[in-house]
Amino acid sequence: MTPRVPQPSQLAAIGPDQVLHVARLARLELSEDELSRFTGQLASVLDYAAQLSELEVDELEPMSHPLPLRNVLRADEITPSLRREEVLAEAPAAESGRFRVPRIISEEG
Amino acid sequence: MSPSALELAAAVRSGERSAREVVEDSLQAVSERDDDIHAFVEILADQALARADEIDSAVTAGVDPGPLAGVPVALKDNLCTRGVPTTCSSRILQGWHPPYDATVVERLVGAGAIVVGKTNMDEFAMGSSTENSCSGPSRNPHDYGRVPGGSSGGSAAAVAAGFVPLAFGSDTGGSIRQPAAFCGVVGMKPTYGLVSRYGLVAFASSLDQVGPFATTVTDAAAAFEVIAGHDERDSTSLEAPAPDVSAAVEAGVAGKRIGVVRELVDAVEPEVAARVREAAEAMAGAGAVVEEVSIPQFRYGLAAYYLLAPAEASSNLARFDGVRYGSRVDAPDAEGMNVATRTAGFGPEVKRRIMLGTYALSAGYYDAYYARAQRVRTLVAEGFARAYRRFDAMLGATTPTTAFALGERAGDPLSMYLSDTCTVPASLAGHPAISVPFGTDRSGLPVGVQAMAPALGEAMLFALAGALERAAPALGDAP
Amino acid sequence: MNEAATLAGWEVVIGLEVHCELATTTKLFCGCLNAFGDEPNTNICPVCLGLPGSLPVLNRYAVELAMRIGTALRAEIEPSVFHRKNYFYPDMPKDFQISQYDAPINRGGRLELPDGTVVGIERAHLEEDTGKTTHVGGTGRIGGADYALVDYNRAGVPLVEIVSAPDISSAGQARAYVSELRAILVATGTSDGRMEEGSMRVDANVSVRRSGRALGTRCEIKNLNSLRSLGRAIEFEAARQIGLLEAGGTVVQETRHWDEDRSETLAMRSKEEADDYRYFPEPDLVPLAPEGRWQAEVAASLGALPAERRGDLLRLIGGEPTPAQVDQVRSVVASDLDALVVASSERGAPAPLALVRVANEVAAEPERARGLDADALARLLVLESSGELSASQSKEVLAELLANGGDPAEIARRLGFEPMDKGALAEVVARVIAERPEDWARFIAGEDKVKGPLIGAVRRATDNQADPAAVGRHLEELRASRA
Repeated sequence: MTPRVPQPSQLAAIGPDQVLHVARLARLELSEDELSRFTGQLASVLDYAAQLSELEVDELEPMSHPLPLRNVLRADEITPSLRREEVLAEAPAAESGRFRVPRIISEEG
Repeated sequence: MSPSALELAAAVRSGERSAREVVEDSLQAVSERDDDIHAFVEILADQALARADEIDSAVTAGVDPGPLAGVPVALKDNLCTRGVPTTCSSRILQGWHPPYDATVVERLVGAGAIVVGKTNMDEFAMGSSTENSCSGPSRNPHDYGRVPGGSSGGSAAAVAAGFVPLAFGSDTGGSIRQPAAFCGVVGMKPTYGLVSRYGLVAFASSLDQVGPFATTVTDAAAAFEVIAGHDERDSTSLEAPAPDVSAAVEAGVAGKRIGVVRELVDAVEPEVAARVREAAEAMAGAGAVVEEVSIPQFRYGLAAYYLLAPAEASSNLARFDGVRYGSRVDAPDAEGMNVATRTAGFGPEVKRRIMLGTYALSAGYYDAYYARAQRVRTLVAEGFARAYRRFDAMLGATTPTTAFALGERAGDPLSMYLSDTCTVPASLAGHPAISVPFGTDRSGLPVGVQAMAPALGEAMLFALAGALERAAPALGDAP
Repeated sequence: MNEAATLAGWEVVIGLEVHCELATTTKLFCGCLNAFGDEPNTNICPVCLGLPGSLPVLNRYAVELAMRIGTALRAEIEPSVFHRKNYFYPDMPKDFQISQYDAPINRGGRLELPDGTVVGIERAHLEEDTGKTTHVGGTGRIGGADYALVDYNRAGVPLVEIVSAPDISSAGQARAYVSELRAILVATGTSDGRMEEGSMRVDANVSVRRSGRALGTRCEIKNLNSLRSLGRAIEFEAARQIGLLEAGGTVVQETRHWDEDRSETLAMRSKEEADDYRYFPEPDLVPLAPEGRWQAEVAASLGALPAERRGDLLRLIGGEPTPAQVDQVRSVVASDLDALVVASSERGAPAPLALVRVANEVAAEPERARGLDADALARLLVLESSGELSASQSKEVLAELLANGGDPAEIARRLGFEPMDKGALAEVVARVIAERPEDWARFIAGEDKVKGPLIGAVRRATDNQADPAAVGRHLEELRASRA
């Protein structure tokens, strides 16, 4: 059985909860004010995009790329790496030849 | 009228003018007017003059520095330049010095061009007005109260103001053609895959292409020839040799079949539509077979584009997390640092598109939004394919309006997005397209006419562009 | 092991996901060196650091190695597409991982364990590895550290993730599966299979059910860095789930972490959005569809697989193998040293002796084993089997051979292992017999337990130069001539 694909027009309008969820996924924080503004703006763009549901396109191949290229490969050959000092000079924080980040609150229990 | 890029290169190569003098003129022009226009975010005076002296020594030594010898060029600030700040007009990339040059930059420098500066843009190329820049908006050289278009507004303005004869930008949904139209210059988007994207900071990878801005079609052709060609560092780079287009500019359009796309005439402001019709008549006068054609699929292009491009962008911009480069806002833990950095580092339009794209890709919505938009992309490409069975090239407006006022659309994202409606179809199909200035509206603002050709049809594209340029009414005094 | 008793009435259902690093020279999408143990952040470039503007280009040899794995596992090689798996983590330079999602390069397949069990393979796909995070300070627990340091040398190293069907039913079988898979990877030259260096990492999906009933809820256990932890973690987890169910509780589907020090699996903090990876086709890469000719070339280059090579080696040894020999054969093939046994036996060494020396002394020095000359090894083993060198002398010569190479006879001379000629040995034996008439009488009377002390006395009298086997043979001959 093929799962039924919801059409854009049938999808529930985007609300503050979805916007917050999406902001979390994207690692962004929104103020109350931004949340309500973005919710309205995203809803209007998605509403505009809902016109795509008028189209019968299920038979068409999705186009992820404008070119019919395939098998683009390189030889397993070494090319020069960057100098570590040059790279770490760009880092916001570095220590002992490594990039330093604040502690990671891991998924470990 | 400032000399063209090829006139300057000829003068430098023959020793008639020194590259230093040419670069000094360019820097002088910038210093006189860029406080008002704000085309540049970084001027590389010392580096440019040093490079000019190298070019001059080469000429003295009898070595040809290349087809763009001594030509001052400006680069959109999303093209990586080794050791030179590359910010994409974003706070999040302040202070970043890429450790490498984009392929396009390597090729330009190899052809003798001299980079005089990096130009302002909409943050991460997201916008149509160059107002979404962390360093403030650029202004249209024809009217400082108006936008130059975007997202490559700084590059378009730099050429229109006569700062440089050539500039480079990136076009994802119209970001070269639309500002070219607003600023009254030539702006070209190549066939997807002809110009390497290596070193172009990605907005939407399956749509981005680098292309030139110029004052003449001939200059644009020469610049295209320098930057086009296979690059093994870009998997989406075509192995086909770059088309030879310079000769095509003068070839004319006699006997060519040109379709005037109804959807790119009917939906635009009357004055813009009038210029397109005049251009079509002029092409008929030049011997082309001109007919109207409807490609109804174009109606859906913009909606598909505003799902696909943000989706790719949401992923491309994840890497700006405060760990490896760019700015960081500290927090007690890594995730908090990511959030603080991104929240402070991105402007509102970028956040909007990241969230829109994240939503379009997220579980439960992928098929309804992203996959459906990809199918509509196929539909648009099929619409083109059908039309190209009857026509060699297509004509339409580049933009629905002429340059709008600063701030006019800043509060309404959707109205801003609608200004890409004429340029998005060729982007989705991956086809080449060019905007050529063709007269003005009644307030004297430039109008751009857009020529389109099938994939790898650059020779046809430049032939039509050359014919349009010859037929175009004079723009009046240089801005 | 009372595993069966613990699990009475229960079945354990296990599926394994094995990540193995491919033995390429460079990374999956850039020309940086794929090496373990280098100074941090020395093998990095714009691509594997995910610098803005950089683009990936696929390593042809990595594709070839992935195809070798698929072919060895009897999988179908199919047209494939790379996707982006989006999630944030400091060790991931682009904050997405390039992986294969619904169109993997290898689909289906099977792996037969030495005991005959067949485990189904669902897929074996290509993806890039992440960098390495070191947690510094604090309590030593990850979440309690003060901060973390990241090294991206490993970021972008090619991985193949091999996903088994849930066909494995015990910890022992899981270990056998990973050992056999490891042997296949080594034999096909696709990976060095070193679990201790992280070249092979295992995640286990474990569930339990009452015998014959429907599948239970599964938990995924991560961080299994050795066969030992794999076995222990599965045993712990199965017992935990059974305990929960028998106490009337339920198993929650979750990801758990094996804590080696505490010898238990611990739930990882779950995040509601964690599973929304927003997969979509990687627009910076184009589809991969290895043409038939390339697939055929890979298949032809594959050579014999471990099961076949073990069979060949056992036939070479001849006779009914002892359990020790079966183990030796398995380990020699697993470390890809069976060719050395075959080559030295072709040059005159007795195959069983070659097997023992290679399985023990040679395999203990995996780095040096590669440089060992089969011809020299054969000559050494001939000296040993003819009694010119004792076993312990032979091992010393072998150590030198492994370290510096050279001619075994020459090395033996240098070490003072002059083989004793028969006349000299006979004189010493006669002297020892004269000194120990009681022992000698008992030996002649058929009391074999005094043979050892007699041999020992002869060896002491020759400063351990005499080969015990040769001394033993000489004593036997003397006894036989008296009878």
